[in-house]
Amino acid sequence: MAAPETREPVFRARGLTKTYRMGEVEVPALRGIDLDLWPGEFVVLLGASGSGKSTLLNILGGLDAPSAGEVSCQGHPLTGAGEAALTRFRREHVGFVFQFYNLIPSLTARENVALVTEIASAPMTPEAALAMVGLGERMDHFPSQLSGGEQQRVAIARAIAKRPAVMLCDEPTGALDSRTGITVLEALARTHRETGALTVIITHNAVIARMADRVIQLSDGRIAGEQRNASRAEPSELSW
Amino acid sequence: MKALDRKLWRDLRQLRGQTVAIALVLVAGIATLVMSLTAYSALHDTRARLYAEHRFADVFAPLVRAPWPLLDELRRIEGVQAAEGRVVASVNLEVAGFDDAVNGLVVSLPDAHQGGLNQLFLRAGRLPDPLRADEVVLGEAFAQAHDLRPGDTLAAIINGRRQVLRVAGIGLSPEFVYQIRPGDAFPDHRRYGVLWMPREPLAAALDLDGAFNDLVIALGRDAREADVIAALDARLAPYGGLGAHGRDLQTSHRFLDEELGQLRVMVRLFSAVFLAVAAFLLNIVIGRLVNTQREQVAVLKAFGYSRWEVGRHYAGLVGLMVAAGLPPGLLAGAWLGRGLADLYSDFFRFPSLDWSLDPAALVLALAFALAVAALGTASGLYRTFALTPAEGMRPEAPPTYRRGGFEGALPARLFDPAARMVLRTLARRPLRTTLSVLGIGLACGILVMSRFQDAAINEMIEVQLGFAQRDDLAVSFTEPRTARAVLELATLPGVAAVEPFRQAPVRLRHGHREHRVALLGLPASGDLRRLLGPSLQPLPLPSDGLVLTDYLAGMLALAPGDTVQVEFLDGRRETVALPVRTLSHEYLGVGAYLELGALQRLRGEQSSVSGAWLRLEPGAREAVVRALRGRPGVAAATDRAAMIEGFRDTMAQVVVTFTLVATAMAAAIAVGVVYNSARISLSERSRELASLRVLGYTRAEVRALMTGELFTLAGLALLPGFVLGYGLCALLVWGFESELYRIPLALSPAGLGTAGLVVLAATAASALAVRRRLDGLDLIAVLKTKD
Repeated sequence: MAAPETREPVFRARGLTKTYRMGEVEVPALRGIDLDLWPGEFVVLLGASGSGKSTLLNILGGLDAPSAGEVSCQGHPLTGAGEAALTRFRREHVGFVFQFYNLIPSLTARENVALVTEIASAPMTPEAALAMVGLGERMDHFPSQLSGGEQQRVAIARAIAKRPAVMLCDEPTGALDSRTGITVLEALARTHRETGALTVIITHNAVIARMADRVIQLSDGRIAGEQRNASRAEPSELSW
Repeated sequence: MKALDRKLWRDLRQLRGQTVAIALVLVAGIATLVMSLTAYSALHDTRARLYAEHRFADVFAPLVRAPWPLLDELRRIEGVQAAEGRVVASVNLEVAGFDDAVNGLVVSLPDAHQGGLNQLFLRAGRLPDPLRADEVVLGEAFAQAHDLRPGDTLAAIINGRRQVLRVAGIGLSPEFVYQIRPGDAFPDHRRYGVLWMPREPLAAALDLDGAFNDLVIALGRDAREADVIAALDARLAPYGGLGAHGRDLQTSHRFLDEELGQLRVMVRLFSAVFLAVAAFLLNIVIGRLVNTQREQVAVLKAFGYSRWEVGRHYAGLVGLMVAAGLPPGLLAGAWLGRGLADLYSDFFRFPSLDWSLDPAALVLALAFALAVAALGTASGLYRTFALTPAEGMRPEAPPTYRRGGFEGALPARLFDPAARMVLRTLARRPLRTTLSVLGIGLACGILVMSRFQDAAINEMIEVQLGFAQRDDLAVSFTEPRTARAVLELATLPGVAAVEPFRQAPVRLRHGHREHRVALLGLPASGDLRRLLGPSLQPLPLPSDGLVLTDYLAGMLALAPGDTVQVEFLDGRRETVALPVRTLSHEYLGVGAYLELGALQRLRGEQSSVSGAWLRLEPGAREAVVRALRGRPGVAAATDRAAMIEGFRDTMAQVVVTFTLVATAMAAAIAVGVVYNSARISLSERSRELASLRVLGYTRAEVRALMTGELFTLAGLALLPGFVLGYGLCALLVWGFESELYRIPLALSPAGLGTAGLVVLAATAASALAVRRRLDGLDLIAVLKTKD
């Protein structure tokens, strides 16, 4: 499903640059990125570790600010927006999925999702969100009682429950074996299908690119290439 | 309940060990505060009520003899609301079954029809029959010390005549809340007592019919005390007035005031110290706790929780930890405060003690907890507030390891790899290591401070009653006598040496400053009473001119070489100017000293003495005391050993109890700090330690690393802890400094040792407590999670 280019993009980024100071070294993470992401797209950002993909995701999600360049979401500029505005943006429009799930260990699956639905304006119920990722039966388990794949699916439910405009997933299968990873990707494909949210997955795993509408390759802080898939593969067809 | 609140409660439960440790620090601080505060207000309020209800006089004027009708004239002095003439006499007492010399003060009962100043509170029995010459009310402290009850008898030598007295009642007076023999440093209720009898028979026994020798005055509301005193002195001069004075120079009131002042200092000092320490410790603990929750903070923010919501969440966590310490702190403080006040009432004699947990103390304790929480958690909470989510998600920049300076300074083979790891871990984060060391050091410092008073009291006794005062018995005469009387004492069997002294009440004046003191004339070659210099070396007595206690010189702004006006308050009341020659150092009271001959010359006397110090042959005490009892003209024989014993029984007991409590508090703080350091270290380094296990380190080796780190921190903290403790003690000494006594800044090795041992014991206990967690490290799980 290719997005018609006449519409307003969800994200529009121009000339994004980001440099970190890590201890005593300066690390350039992004060196001038121009990018448009469209509603309803399923995008995979592909790149080796250190290519700057996580940094890009953090900036798109309003977690981090670029050193230079501009980015806007649905016409509203994110660069220069204050802390309160970014918080509101994340609260209403962005769902995050992280490589290491980042569940709150002291809360059950249902409570982890409730953590988000309690502050969103038009969320689904935690139960509905968990059912969508196939965890309707394990809602009252603590993270320590769930497998890695299950924990990641709780994280997906937590991200989708607020009905976000965009799902940003940072190596969602990075910590999982292939079989479990595929169940997680199935959950993501399903939530994308059912909600139509722009879904961005960043990964270094080229196999996953086959399930995307569009694949953007990042290398050394720059966009190195872009391709459209004629048809999207089902997660069950993938293996690595 | 909201999910975030649920997280709060679950986190709290998971952190229960640390919560308890933090609460412990708070409990210690609050308990100390409430204890001192309630004990202070109990004593303060009780005294105020006693003074008001029993009409404690404002001005006191001893004199030799004035006719009764003079009272009418004195009552007309402006500002005098009531004036009451009394008869007061020092007597020797005999109690069956007690051989030591016992002194007493007999005071005539307030006349009922005058409204009565310094009214008695009758604890038991009744007032004496005004027509009977042999009935008395006995002071409670003395009665208890000898187990005397209404109906019992004792004998008194009044004006040379032995008289048997029957106890009609047991009483207390606002004038004698604190009972001490004039000139003594400590109360001794077995050898000194106060008794009251009807005025007329007492006056008759003292040949004071129709006259009085003591005056008590109540002032009107707008009266100026100084004016009244000046007027009284002028009117009483022809009648042998010895100088009127206000409550500030009344013995009981002064001691009580002093003690209240000290309690107030204690409240402020200990509260401030505990506040600072507790806040500092919380700061470290919360700062590190928040650090371990970095990622959770980041996730919450990533999902759209605002920094305020996240800040509130962690403030709630900290608030609950602090709040957990409040109720037990209040309870412990109330219980201890009650106990402390009860202890005080053992040597301050009140009809009853008004102890209550008043709202002011509660409010202050609450304010204390809030202040600790605010001061101690502000920076940690601010970091939570300010942490940007992306930053929280990123691993912290790898810590920079360097070859530490200690490795260059010492041969490498002195350190095995484990020791090197411990030292590098500590050296790579100098700030954190310094803070941990400082935290444990503070706990150690409080311990040193709490153990200090014990050593200081011993030093006080040793110097004052071992080094400066070396007599076995101090004998004072009822009135000045000739040197012959001293020679007679020397001939008593069992007396090894005798040294005479002359004592005169004087007022010292320098510029606008003045002070009343007993001027003591000492023999130049004396050995039983020595003046000590600043480093406690015996001072030679100058042949003329004064030696002053350094503290007194400070009060009067005098230095050696200055001249001071000396106004004698008895005899011919002459005023002379004398040079100050040197300053002496002593811990108890203040004094002015002059060579005996010089004093006698000044007063125009040949060889008049007020008493003598005796050194006794071993085992001769009983016989000498018995011989002295029968001698006319001997007013009192003070036994130095008994004095020390009396002191140990009373004041020392309070101090020791307080010390014990403070030590427990300080130990609680030490445990709280060390345990928290250990727990947080563990959570910060679990990954590193698990990696070591994977690499093949044994449990014991990993344990040794952790234990090594803890003990290294504790070891490093000892020296700064002792220094901090010394500073706190100096603060305490400075706060407690008064005319009545100065606490020496004497730290005993035992006190330091105890403090060090408590810190090390707390370390060992903490190491044991984290050991279980250390052994249970889940290697795989730890390695799988993100760094």
